Amino acid sequence: MVIAAGTPVQTKAAGLNCPSCGASLTLSTAGWSVTIACPTCGAVLDAQDPNLRILQRQQERIVVQPRIAMGTRGNWKGLPWDVVGCQQVTITVEGTDYSWMEYVCFNPFHGFMYLTDYQGHWNVVEKLKRRPEEDAGTKDAIAFNGLTFKHFQSASAVTTFALGEFPWEVNVGDTVRAHDYISPPFLLSAESTDAETTWSLGVYTDGKALARAFNMGGNLRSPVGVFANEPNPHIASAGTVGRTFRYLFLALVVMLVANVAMARKDTVFSGQFDFDRSKGDTTAFVTDPFELKGRISNIDVRIQTDLENDWMYLNLAFIEETTGQALDVGRQLSYYHGQDSDGSWTEGSRNDHFRLGAVPSGQYILRVAPEGDAISTQPVRYKLIVKRDVPQYLFYFLALLALAIPAMLSYAPRASFEQRRWAESDHAPVSSSSDDEDE
Amino acid sequence: MTVPATGSTACPNCGAAIRFRWAQAAQTTCDFCKSLLVRHGLDLEKVGTQAEFPQTGSPIQLGVEGTWRQRNFMVVGRVSYQWQGGRWNEWHCRVSDGTSAWLSDAQLEYAMTAQLEGQRDLPDPQALNVNTKFQWGGVTYRVANVTPAVYIGTEGELPFTTYDKAEYWFADLQNVDGKLATLDGSESPPLLYVGEYVEFNDLALKGLREFEGW
Repeated sequence: MVIAAGTPVQTKAAGLNCPSCGASLTLSTAGWSVTIACPTCGAVLDAQDPNLRILQRQQERIVVQPRIAMGTRGNWKGLPWDVVGCQQVTITVEGTDYSWMEYVCFNPFHGFMYLTDYQGHWNVVEKLKRRPEEDAGTKDAIAFNGLTFKHFQSASAVTTFALGEFPWEVNVGDTVRAHDYISPPFLLSAESTDAETTWSLGVYTDGKALARAFNMGGNLRSPVGVFANEPNPHIASAGTVGRTFRYLFLALVVMLVANVAMARKDTVFSGQFDFDRSKGDTTAFVTDPFELKGRISNIDVRIQTDLENDWMYLNLAFIEETTGQALDVGRQLSYYHGQDSDGSWTEGSRNDHFRLGAVPSGQYILRVAPEGDAISTQPVRYKLIVKRDVPQYLFYFLALLALAIPAMLSYAPRASFEQRRWAESDHAPVSSSSDDEDE
Repeated sequence: MTVPATGSTACPNCGAAIRFRWAQAAQTTCDFCKSLLVRHGLDLEKVGTQAEFPQTGSPIQLGVEGTWRQRNFMVVGRVSYQWQGGRWNEWHCRVSDGTSAWLSDAQLEYAMTAQLEGQRDLPDPQALNVNTKFQWGGVTYRVANVTPAVYIGTEGELPFTTYDKAEYWFADLQNVDGKLATLDGSESPPLLYVGEYVEFNDLALKGLREFEGW
């Protein structure tokens, strides 16, 4: 057969009649169709046979109204496609039927493309020529195209209605084992018969865009619920929050590092004293003057004692010599230890540590007034160490907490969307599978 | 790339001029009377008549030019097969480096392969099980389908003769990267073709058939 250059080839073969009901038929795929289901009587015919041999005569059948009219010429991603066939596929899970529609689209150069519609959720599907390394249905996750696809559902899928042309042999009642894996917006599916496994890759697609492209008019319905490979809309906002969190967190770390680097951490005063009640040495005294330099910042005070089954109370006042302004602090220390039937025990601590924030610079003296049990004659030796401008880590911890709150809040709707997605899968948590039964 | 036949070659059946696109063709068909012609040196022998060629809607035709692996090729011949899942074409391509390649077109899924010679112990395709792994030329493949197929017609120039062929077993092997291997059981030991699935646009085909309304 020689085709003269420039003579266009007909893709449509008209003048055919259904051998079952006599209605006229048109084949629209330039001879590539394997079966055609008569739109009038539903008989399934061998499209490769010149006499359209009857493969399956339809006695009773359900009739499904397709949302895209057969013969529609659509335009998708810059290519024209004719919708030439559709089938309804049904799976049964725990006694409930779930059905979706698959539309067969044809282009004489690019072959076949498929559209699926499950309760208003649409996918544009490509039959794959590559195959994943793993066998379908054996693993919880499959690596493909550099993505990890998680197993979503495995079920027996039955063709419950067929209309128009198909590039494979389709019969109403045909069953395949279907395994779905998801990496939203992608859906990787394997359909297996005993003879072979066919892989396909769907991409979740806005029904409105397809309705415009394939002239669906008012037939489009709003999607119900969350679909297996529907992209989580909260991931985008959670992503923004996450990014903002990361930037602010980074800023916080920079501030902390700068603070640590810039902090003076000078020891401005250190003194050792004895609290000897046997000598009646219990009155208040003042230390030598010391200077607090630089910006208004904190002071860090450590008290180290050698308390032995004893307590003491220290009244401390930091007094600015020129203004007379005083910062008063009272600290109690106690340390007890011993042995009992459970072994050795201790209570309290010999040491104490505290900070005073926003202390202005200036010339200071420290007034110390120790108190203790009058009956104790045991002397206590204690040391006071005052440091100026020590980094305040608690501030950073609180700031981090404040930053984390929006990040955590944005996580909640995202997680709830994922929960609704997986509730429909084979991997639904036990608690939500009871919700399914209520629906 | 079109090599004109040296001297005038005429169809031994009808006398029409036979013009070779590829000088080394082992077999061709007469465009005019559809005689199947096998070449013996400069002589052509009629070994049969090509059956009414099956109507498939491939956009490929003899004379189409394209590009694969940075080399230009021209489609000079075709073998059509029928299997349980429909029909497919293997288009014989002459590549600019002097080799042959095959553009297969199965329901408008396109693949390019070339014969890989020198592989020992090639399995009989009929005996293969789906998913069994094989490695040839450093690439691992898995058996995707095993099927008998019937030669339903040829046209143009082929590097072998097909007139005595009937039904043979074929096995297609695929992998995750879109590589393809075909074991052709029409000879013993079987023939191995390796290559990859290709996107229609990537072949940059010129001289395609036109379709009314498209």
